[in-house]
Amino acid sequence: MLLIHCPYCRDDRSELEFRWAGEAHIARPEQISEISDEAFSEYFFMRDNTKGIAWERWRHIHGCGRFFNAIRDTVSDKFLLTYKAGLPRQPVPGTETAGVETVEGGAA
Amino acid sequence: MRKYSVFAVAREAMRSHKGWEQQWTSPEPRSSYDVIIIGGGGHGLGAAYYLAKEHGITNVAVIEKGWLGGGNTGRNTTIIRSNYLYEESMDIYEHSLKLWEGLSQDLNYNVMYSPRGVMMLSHNTHDMQSFKRHINANRLYGIDNEWLTPEEAKKFCPPLDISKTARYPINGAALQKRGGTARHDAVAWGYARAASDRGVHIIQNTEVTGIRRGPNGEVTGIETNRGFIGAKKIGVSAAGHSSVVMQMADVRVPLTSNPLQALVSEPLKPIFPCVVMSNTVHAYISQSDKGELVIGAGTDQYHSYSQTGGLQIITHTLDAICELFPIFRRVKMMRQWGGITDNTPDRSAIQSVTPVPNLFVNCGWGTGGFKATPGSANLFAWLIAKGEPHRLAQGLTLDRFRTGRLIDEAAAAAVAH
Repeated sequence: MLLIHCPYCRDDRSELEFRWAGEAHIARPEQISEISDEAFSEYFFMRDNTKGIAWERWRHIHGCGRFFNAIRDTVSDKFLLTYKAGLPRQPVPGTETAGVETVEGGAA
Repeated sequence: MRKYSVFAVAREAMRSHKGWEQQWTSPEPRSSYDVIIIGGGGHGLGAAYYLAKEHGITNVAVIEKGWLGGGNTGRNTTIIRSNYLYEESMDIYEHSLKLWEGLSQDLNYNVMYSPRGVMMLSHNTHDMQSFKRHINANRLYGIDNEWLTPEEAKKFCPPLDISKTARYPINGAALQKRGGTARHDAVAWGYARAASDRGVHIIQNTEVTGIRRGPNGEVTGIETNRGFIGAKKIGVSAAGHSSVVMQMADVRVPLTSNPLQALVSEPLKPIFPCVVMSNTVHAYISQSDKGELVIGAGTDQYHSYSQTGGLQIITHTLDAICELFPIFRRVKMMRQWGGITDNTPDRSAIQSVTPVPNLFVNCGWGTGGFKATPGSANLFAWLIAKGEPHRLAQGLTLDRFRTGRLIDEAAAAAVAH
């Protein structure tokens, strides 16, 4: 079971209190009725599904109830950082730049 | 390749079993192939076999990062059934079930397909209504599925607790008698042996690190840790790693990879005659021919490639198993593991052409890929050979996430299939 730090409650709580809520920093188009089918598909369905460092949303559903963002390694499942919703994409702790996603290894 | 038969067993018994051949060869890769399949699980090996057998394309290689069937093919709970709700799903899973029925003969390899019946427990009014809708849809479509009363369910599966005071009382069950199990390793090995016999190259321990493209965007081959291998066509059949492989060709797919756990008990004498699934309390159980109880859990909620999951998920499943089958309360669990399932938003598979010419993808089988192995492989081979989907797989295109023609098994099935 994961131990997750809620940035609002400022406490490490067990995974049972949280609900995973998909990839983070996907902005809903402002005029969603006017975008093309391709753009809607990209926004609504297509996902990075990153192997390695991923930015994602969690919700402290059985706690404060709020959404927040997290940086987690999807190979080790380790959380690197959690931060409040509304903040821009945060850099990976120990690095300078934000948004550099790494893919570890290939696949067969 | 020498045929397996009772005479072969007798012959080898007479000469200390020294005449058995290696089941498949491990050749050095050629510089190029007509078709490269990425992923040496059941789906990929099967596709290579059907390409050779039904489409006459034998200049084929299957590239596998690890060992054959070491991914989800070797990690699932081997349940086979075809009682899905929508026609698109019934088409492909029933095609698959029919192939299962003759697979051992076709491959000359005992895959131990055992149609022992798959019984899905109903615990409440919603389950009952949902299952009866499935039963009616299946029967109208020519697929067997029947309703059992609690007493009939108990007769079919004696260890079941149907008492009114049970923690999860049972008000009936849906039974597909043709459903059952098969031996998962044998499926990978059987396809590998039969494909190798027809000239397919099986290349293990070779990791794909890139997909090379030509001037018009078409695929020209793959980069691997053993160098470049050319290909006229590429089929990706990489299950939980499909997103990673497709990214190498700059194709985005609507997948989320989640861990799904399973576990087995110590071996017991034969006690459990069928497969029982309870979708409401997330318990999936059967008994293997070795005697182990094979138990499947629900998926972990987060996206991960870790091939492990949370202990609370399997604890929840074992709690349910102990309530449904009090007889198993003191059985010890022996091994536990996780596989990485590739889930689509509508929980139906993708088998499709892609925006990249000559690149094909077979993915999104999620938590229910094993049962689909022969059917999926058979239709994926058709797709690669002809460049367009078979009649039975027309609904599974990637394009449905643009047109909106989703196959909404997730909401309809009331199951995590």
